[in-house]
Amino acid sequence: MKLYCLSGHPTLPCNVLKFKSTTIMLDCGLDVTSTLNFLPLPLVQSPRLSNLPGWSLKDGNAFLDKELKECSGHVFVDSVPEFCLPETELIDLSTVDVILISNYHCMMALPYITEHTGFTGTVYATEPTVQIGRLLPSPLKDAVEVSTWRRCYTMQEVNSALSKIQLVGYSQKIELFGAVQVTPLSSGYALGSSNWIIQSHYEKVSYVSGSSLLTTHPQPMDQASLKNSDVLILTGLTQIPTANPDGMVGEFCSNLALTVRNGGNVLVPCYPSGVIYDLLECLYQYIDSAGLSTVPFYFISPVANSSLEFSQIFAEWLCHNKQSKVYLPEPPFPHAELIQTNKLKHYPSIHGDFSNDFRQPCVVFTGHPSLRFGDVVHFMELWGKSSLNTVIFTEPDFSYLEALAPYQPLAMKCIYCPIDTRLNFIQVSKLLKEVQPLHVVCPEQYTQPPPAQSHRMDLMIDCQPPAMSYRRAEVLALPFKRRYEKIEIMPELADSLVPMEIKPGISLATVSAVLHTKDNKHVLQPPPRPAQAAGKKRKRVSEDVPDCKVLKPLLSGSIPVEQFVQTLEKHGFSDIKVEDTAKGHIVLLQEAETLIQLEEDSTHIICDHDELLRVRLRDLVLKFLQKF
Amino acid sequence: MDLECSQLLPALCAALADPRQPLADDTCLEKLLDWLKNVTEIESSLLLLQENPALVELLSHVLKSQDVSPRVLSFSLRLAGTFAAQEDCFLYLQQGELLLGLFGEGGPLCWAAWSVPTVRSGWIQGLRSLAQHPSALHFLVDSGAVDTVLSLQGDPSLFVASAATQLLVHTLALSMQDGAMGCSGLWGGVWPACAQKIVGHVEEFLQSTAAPQVTQALNVLTSTFGRCHSPWTEVLWGQLCPLVAHLLERDPIPSVHSLVDLLLSVARSPALGSSHGGLWEVVAQALRCLSPMQAGPLALGMLKLPHCPQALRTQAFRVLLQPLACVVKANAQVPGSPGWLAGVEDSSLTVDLLLSSKSACVGILCQTLAQLEELQPLPQRPAPWPQEPLLGAAVTILQLCHGAATPSSSGGGRLCATLAGCVRVQRAALDFLGTLSQETCSQELEQQVFAVLSEYLGSPDSSPMVLKKAFQTTLRWLLSSPRTPGCPDLGPHPLLFLRELFPVLQKRLCSPGWEVRDSALEFLTQLSRHWGGQADFRQVLLASEVPTLTQQLLQDPESYVRASAVAAAGQLSSRGLQDAPNSPEHPQTQQGLLGELLRILSTDSEGFPRRAVVQVFTEWLRDGHADVARDTEWFVATVLQVVSRDLDWEVRVQGLELAQVFLVQRLGRPCCPYTVDLPEAVSATPVPEVLQTLCRLQLFDFAFRALLDCDRPVAQKACDLLLFLRDKTTVCSDPQEAGDIPGSASGQITLQRWQDGEQGQLPGDLQPEAVLALLRSTDLEGLQARLSQSSDHVEKSPQSLLQDMLATVGVLGENEADCY
Repeated sequence: MKLYCLSGHPTLPCNVLKFKSTTIMLDCGLDVTSTLNFLPLPLVQSPRLSNLPGWSLKDGNAFLDKELKECSGHVFVDSVPEFCLPETELIDLSTVDVILISNYHCMMALPYITEHTGFTGTVYATEPTVQIGRLLPSPLKDAVEVSTWRRCYTMQEVNSALSKIQLVGYSQKIELFGAVQVTPLSSGYALGSSNWIIQSHYEKVSYVSGSSLLTTHPQPMDQASLKNSDVLILTGLTQIPTANPDGMVGEFCSNLALTVRNGGNVLVPCYPSGVIYDLLECLYQYIDSAGLSTVPFYFISPVANSSLEFSQIFAEWLCHNKQSKVYLPEPPFPHAELIQTNKLKHYPSIHGDFSNDFRQPCVVFTGHPSLRFGDVVHFMELWGKSSLNTVIFTEPDFSYLEALAPYQPLAMKCIYCPIDTRLNFIQVSKLLKEVQPLHVVCPEQYTQPPPAQSHRMDLMIDCQPPAMSYRRAEVLALPFKRRYEKIEIMPELADSLVPMEIKPGISLATVSAVLHTKDNKHVLQPPPRPAQAAGKKRKRVSEDVPDCKVLKPLLSGSIPVEQFVQTLEKHGFSDIKVEDTAKGHIVLLQEAETLIQLEEDSTHIICDHDELLRVRLRDLVLKFLQKF
Repeated sequence: MDLECSQLLPALCAALADPRQPLADDTCLEKLLDWLKNVTEIESSLLLLQENPALVELLSHVLKSQDVSPRVLSFSLRLAGTFAAQEDCFLYLQQGELLLGLFGEGGPLCWAAWSVPTVRSGWIQGLRSLAQHPSALHFLVDSGAVDTVLSLQGDPSLFVASAATQLLVHTLALSMQDGAMGCSGLWGGVWPACAQKIVGHVEEFLQSTAAPQVTQALNVLTSTFGRCHSPWTEVLWGQLCPLVAHLLERDPIPSVHSLVDLLLSVARSPALGSSHGGLWEVVAQALRCLSPMQAGPLALGMLKLPHCPQALRTQAFRVLLQPLACVVKANAQVPGSPGWLAGVEDSSLTVDLLLSSKSACVGILCQTLAQLEELQPLPQRPAPWPQEPLLGAAVTILQLCHGAATPSSSGGGRLCATLAGCVRVQRAALDFLGTLSQETCSQELEQQVFAVLSEYLGSPDSSPMVLKKAFQTTLRWLLSSPRTPGCPDLGPHPLLFLRELFPVLQKRLCSPGWEVRDSALEFLTQLSRHWGGQADFRQVLLASEVPTLTQQLLQDPESYVRASAVAAAGQLSSRGLQDAPNSPEHPQTQQGLLGELLRILSTDSEGFPRRAVVQVFTEWLRDGHADVARDTEWFVATVLQVVSRDLDWEVRVQGLELAQVFLVQRLGRPCCPYTVDLPEAVSATPVPEVLQTLCRLQLFDFAFRALLDCDRPVAQKACDLLLFLRDKTTVCSDPQEAGDIPGSASGQITLQRWQDGEQGQLPGDLQPEAVLALLRSTDLEGLQARLSQSSDHVEKSPQSLLQDMLATVGVLGENEADCY
């Protein structure tokens, strides 16, 4: 069993598992942090950005000055962002049989894999994952003209990739070639987010991706089904292990209220789905108490409408509390009420209706959290100059300082409240204690404290045996051997068996059969009758089935040394000496110059050139053993 | 015993003896016993029994028929013990062999009911009551009761076991007392047989290998030394000390908690001479070999003793300091930390414990911090007090809990991992840090303290509880911070700290967690109470948005927060620190805070904010707040009018308090009979004028109504107020008859009507004369006396108890009759 690690990003994993005869890709994350090295893509021409000086080498060589621009001491690439793809050379990706997607953040590299590698398999994901995932790359689509956007991937490719996805539900069992069964489990992190169980009859591999134990909107995490795994692959833990989401939500609300009270605007760069639902819910409870009921909240995203609506219809994927609301005449999420009461307004973009309704001070939720594309670029340019305004970062995927770099100098206040509801290390250690996998495999980042806090020994996975770590472009041989395989016996063959009880409750029978293997199913069939004639047919027979030799009986039992010696004496042997060895005993018949080695699983009679004596001794040995 | 009760007793005793009559509840038997016990304390038990033969009949009935309920059996045993506490009564009961029957070997001991713990407990308590005189002691020995008590020490019921231990101790003391009276030479002589038996038993158990037996022996000794301070206890300790010391050599040491209790009990005993017969050596040994967790309470106990030898004190203090020293050492950037006692750091035992598991680490740190906190204010605390190392340790622990420490050793790293985010330790350390504010420290350390407090106050990860503690500790440090001599203002560090604090406070006031907003407001109230008058503070506060936010929180959805906001806004306003009134977006500030608070008082649906408003108003009135002084009479009238309609009794009591403050301002302080009259600073207004004013403000209406309030505290307060008023006005009133004054009669009638639960108004134009007459004619003293009794005083009489018990039985009888 091997694991090919195609991505080094712990929360945007892309691994390939070879298990039995299947090749399974676990997630297909796309590392987009490289966008931070590019200049923002404004919706309208920004004089500030276009007038940035070109960057020249120290020797004055300015051959890159069209491509590279300098802003506040940082150098940026002035072009459409390019991303860091998963490794494509480590394994022939056309051999991948299936791709399992655990949540909508971990499927962004899908078009690269499905459209450019000869992939012919199936992708499995839950419905909300696909629907929301379909929405996610949208900022890119709108920000860049289609012709240049090819560098990322085309809409056609996206659609083609999505068409290869087969929708699955939690706990649904999917057979892969009869060899393994894969099952998605609720992971509690986002709508439709899943962990996966990959199991055969005797082996079980659990794949834990972004999971959460907090009570937020999605169905709670299914921990029980992860028990008894041979290997647990653990990815997608919180990216901010020191920040407690509750505290951060508090921080978010306080700073928001303080800014708005002072007449400033609040900008929240965020994804159009996920934490925003929880934030809106918190704000729903908070705005009245904080006296903010007159402040408009705007949610601007090409998919704002779909996102808000989808969240209300995916009832079966919600936590119990919200599910039960579906049967009442009220929507599961309170943002519906915010919309009804006109406190929350959503727009596809800043053009059109928004520009008519826009009123300040206000709170704007919009993407993209990297501040490189999407409507957020516009608001950064618009509000950046005033110290009354605040930008509050809630998504943990990007370093906020790097995100802000091309906007420097910036007068606007910046607050960093990363809200990451994924498992933290305390929860992981509890989880591992609970489900007790034999081996844990995780990205190497999780096996040591974060570089900036090297003394925080609590911020790493602590388990026994120590977790195996992987890094990008590494191939791990998973430390467990397959020992059993399930084999079926044909009824007529089973009929012919005559079990013999050798111990109370344990019966044995010898089986002579032909092992037939097809589609990873193994069947024992009755052996053909022994070949009767030689001649022409003989050749064919030997090809199909092995020759059936006459069976020697099998022996079982152990030889009690003392009684054996007594028997030998009774049969006329004298001068018998017994020596203990590490593995058993040696009985020396000194007179006959013969040696009998009795060991746990073998007995040797060593006597020179006296076949009669050997046979006599053998028969005496056999008396103590059972035959069948 | 009064006649009525005597008449009721026979029927009740008969009912108790009847197994078919179930009792209403257990508590009446307890009350009955309490009452009879009180009676025996006043009267002779013998007479009582002779006058009420029903009681003896009950006891003998219980003995004869074994089918009484366990409750009644237990009651009877205790009752018999209570009577037999007097020697003559004891002999009287003995004549009938009643006592031997009840407590001897042939009695309940061998009945089936013995398996019920209540019965065993009753048996022990009965014996405990009767063991008061030499005859009883002989009875205990002769009847074999002592042996039974010894075995009951191991009873599965903890109550029984504990009572048995107490009885043993009592018996031992009684026997020694008896011996001392009997023979003159106690020391050289032989101990009484009973005492010998008990001590022998204890000695045997001390040497037992079974831990529960050792515990029993130690418990008996702990109680003995705790309660008996006669010279024989010193002899006893001398005899047992080697056995106790021997326990410490065992591995593992058995019954550590009881052992520590015993050592503390012996150490505190005044009977032991200055050497304490080898005690100090045993304690020193215990401090050496017990684990830090177990040794902590012993060390603290020793340090609290005024007469503990110096060497032992040093050793005990070292035990207490060790965990903190280990923590500091594991995190020290430079080896060796000055200021600790020599040898404090070197304990591998403590280090192992700290690192063994999270619960052990948290447990030992919390215990140590709490113990040092307890020790700090005591006069007998060790000197010199290592203030700076302890402060350093508290700061280090807080940093570790916050993940902000940078440990230098692997042990430190593990400590950091264990303590990160641990709320229990954070709370204990903050409390301890607060206690340490009482002492002076270096500027540098003070800076560190404020830095760590700042981190906690600002961190989004601080839990509401920790934050509250952090606020409290901050306040203590600000209060104790040394000030520049001759300058009342804050020192440079606190001032710097305050400048950083206000943005944090602002954020906390906007927190979505109501607990956080609440504790931030409380903190603000305290801050402005202490520094509201100081220029630096005022400047920092007014530059922030805190006053505006406080105003806004008056409309918070959470009632606790509104209450705290009322208190804070009231405090800010009396210090002249409220928000600038000309901000257009906050209309309520334009109306003024007074109007806003009046609105809360009359419309808020929760009690807490309304109570807070009246408190603020009272304070404003007392301090002469500008808004109040503008038209005090209008203010008082308006407030009282609103308060009188309030459904919350605490608001009404507060309203009366406000009225009282007003009266004192107008009429002068109440004359205290125990102090020499001080000349009034402000000359009080002439009484008739005041009375006119009070009538106009309808204060009397309010007070009289409150007098008949269904909530007793309100009525009591009103009564006090009217008494004060009457005392102040007697000088000027004419001794006219109440009925002669117009309005007075109708006032009386209305009062009567109110008392009967009817509605009605006092005559609106109640004249001062009528009021005075009404005051004179109302029996305020009588009312006060009645009100001071608890509400169940009528129902508490013994007759009513007996009647109630009989009634329960009687009701049953009626039901039976109905069935026929």
